[in-house]
Amino acid sequence: MKIHWTQIAAAVSLYPLLTAVHADTLQRDLWTPAEIEQISSLSLRALDALPPDPSNRVADDPRAVALGQSLFFDTRLSSNGRVSCATCHLPEREFQDGAPLASGVGTTSRRTMTVAATAHSPFLFWDGRKDSQWSQALGPLESPVEHGGTRAQYAHVIAANYRTEYEAIFGAIPDLKRIPSIAGPVPEAAAARAWAGLSDAQRDAVTGIYVNIGKAIAAYERRIQYRASRFDRYVDGLRQATSTPQNALSPDEVAGLRLFIGKANCTQCHNGPLLTNNEFHNTGVPVRPRLPADAGRLAGADTVLRDEFNCRSRWSDANPAQCAELEYLVTGAHTLQRAFKVPSLRNVAQRAPYMHAGQLATLREVLDHYRRAPAAPAGHSELKPLRLAANELQQLEAFLHTLSGGTTAPPMPQSVTAPNQNR
Amino acid sequence: MKSLPYYTAAGLAMLAISVAGCSHVAAMAFGTGATRPAAGEFGVGPRVSAERRYVATLQPQQALRPRQLQSMRVSIVDARGQAVDGANILVDGGMPQHGHGLPTKPRVTKNLGGGLYDIEGVRFNMGGWWEFKLAIRGVAGADTVTFNLDL
Ligand code: HEC
Ligand code: HEC
Ligand SMILES: [Cu+2]
Repeated sequence: MKIHWTQIAAAVSLYPLLTAVHADTLQRDLWTPAEIEQISSLSLRALDALPPDPSNRVADDPRAVALGQSLFFDTRLSSNGRVSCATCHLPEREFQDGAPLASGVGTTSRRTMTVAATAHSPFLFWDGRKDSQWSQALGPLESPVEHGGTRAQYAHVIAANYRTEYEAIFGAIPDLKRIPSIAGPVPEAAAARAWAGLSDAQRDAVTGIYVNIGKAIAAYERRIQYRASRFDRYVDGLRQATSTPQNALSPDEVAGLRLFIGKANCTQCHNGPLLTNNEFHNTGVPVRPRLPADAGRLAGADTVLRDEFNCRSRWSDANPAQCAELEYLVTGAHTLQRAFKVPSLRNVAQRAPYMHAGQLATLREVLDHYRRAPAAPAGHSELKPLRLAANELQQLEAFLHTLSGGTTAPPMPQSVTAPNQNR
Repeated sequence: MKSLPYYTAAGLAMLAISVAGCSHVAAMAFGTGATRPAAGEFGVGPRVSAERRYVATLQPQQALRPRQLQSMRVSIVDARGQAVDGANILVDGGMPQHGHGLPTKPRVTKNLGGGLYDIEGVRFNMGGWWEFKLAIRGVAGADTVTFNLDL
């Protein structure tokens, strides 16, 4: 039999196509329907619509979004004029800072978390000591090591620089002439004394403005979300009955995904479209030397119940019946000892170091931690050692890299970038 | 970032914990190796209690979904099919294969009459096999009913 050169050429040129299609079919066939369902539950497409925040009546007011965005980048909201939220939550770095501990006016004892998609999270901070984005924002502003200022100072900043925008949303700013420039319930003695010297009405006037700063910032933060990643495109391919190729992931990355939802048990905690159950778990992460003892959720659950700005507080716009998260909260359980909030794994490869105080420098170290499952420094780790080979750890790591897609946030108006020259 | 009283409180809490001790921790760390019941054992009922005193049926107010805080309604009748009102009901649950309980403290908030009760504050924080237990103390005595739910 004689083979014509054109037949060979045709076969050769078709070869890559044929193998691609073949590999594609193979890969697709490897998942059971139950696995496809499980994988799809991790896709960004499965994310619920933005949950309402009844405690913040301006949460979805575009004017509050614009004001909140300006405030997020405004370094005048600090004791030294050099710190804004964006100092630690950098938009170009997934709204975090890539440092083990954060630097503001001083140094924090925990690592900066990303702000993206936190509107989906019932509790904020590594220990969940805040129950809304707006009440969270009021923490760093009066923290001596973050913004370092006081609520009286911030009320004056609003009156002097944002009067029109503020009053359009929240109504007239009360007269602040008799309010000292520095006063608030903070550790610093002079500021605390000045605060104690104010009348109840004066304190309420100042705190009212302070709370609205938080609510405006929260309106902006609600719009900060994750973008689809390569993993999400792979899931789209999986779900389509048509022959969309699933080359979005390499065979190693697919093997990593299989471990992630299977043998390595990661979805026990990192589940749902944000790859977190938004809960608190003790995973035996070591303490960082020279930091004060950190009880994590055990302390955070008590703190949020007592918080001046929680959902049930008089500063909240919710009625107490809408504060179910506080109502059914677990406190005082020994399982909460050194339990920390499960971070989203979206963009995780872009934001080393890892864990609540940046204890682990690389994803390799993180995976080695999960393989060994060391005993917890306090409380009890929920992890079991994993019997994974070196190449399996590499596959898991490869999979974690497929979760990067960046973040979306409202575009930056020209006016917003100006005051923040400190970076 | 945090005040001195904060750390003192945390320290005291830690001390309290270590004094109280924790015995079921081994189960927590290593799971229990419990095996998943047969498919027929899953669902919202009707489900007969352990000592056959009551029959309970769950009526979730929304489709059960992981991670959401949810409400449920439960209907309770006695062995003769009579609605049971005024019962004291405690809610518990967890994942036998993982050795952990419910992440929240759900409870009965209302007895609506006609054997119907509202349960609020239920959350399942991961997919898989969950046990959802009701300890019922009513006219027919104390008994427990266990539902197997697949999230
Ligand atoms: C000095 C650095 C720094 C500054 C400034 C700062 N943060 Fe943070 N942010 C952190 C650190 C550190 C954490 C974690 C702290 C903890 O758990 O105790 C955090 C946590 C958060 C979280 C919680 C995310 C989650 O998933 O729970 C949000 C939201 C947030 N910050 C928003 C803000 C806002 C809004 C501002 C400005 C008002 C701000 N931050 C100012 C460092 C900073
Ligand atoms: C028992 C719950 C649980 C399981 C199971 C679990 N994680 Fe985690 N994960 C956490 C918690 C909690 C943290 C934060 C711990 C801390 O900071 O102390 C975390 C942190 C991480 C981080 C660091 C993210 C960051 O921003 O710091 C990565 C990466 C990670 N996990 C990947 C995995 C992988 C991969 C698996 C499976 C091998 C896994 N996790 C299994 C609960 C869990
Ligand atoms: Cu579980």
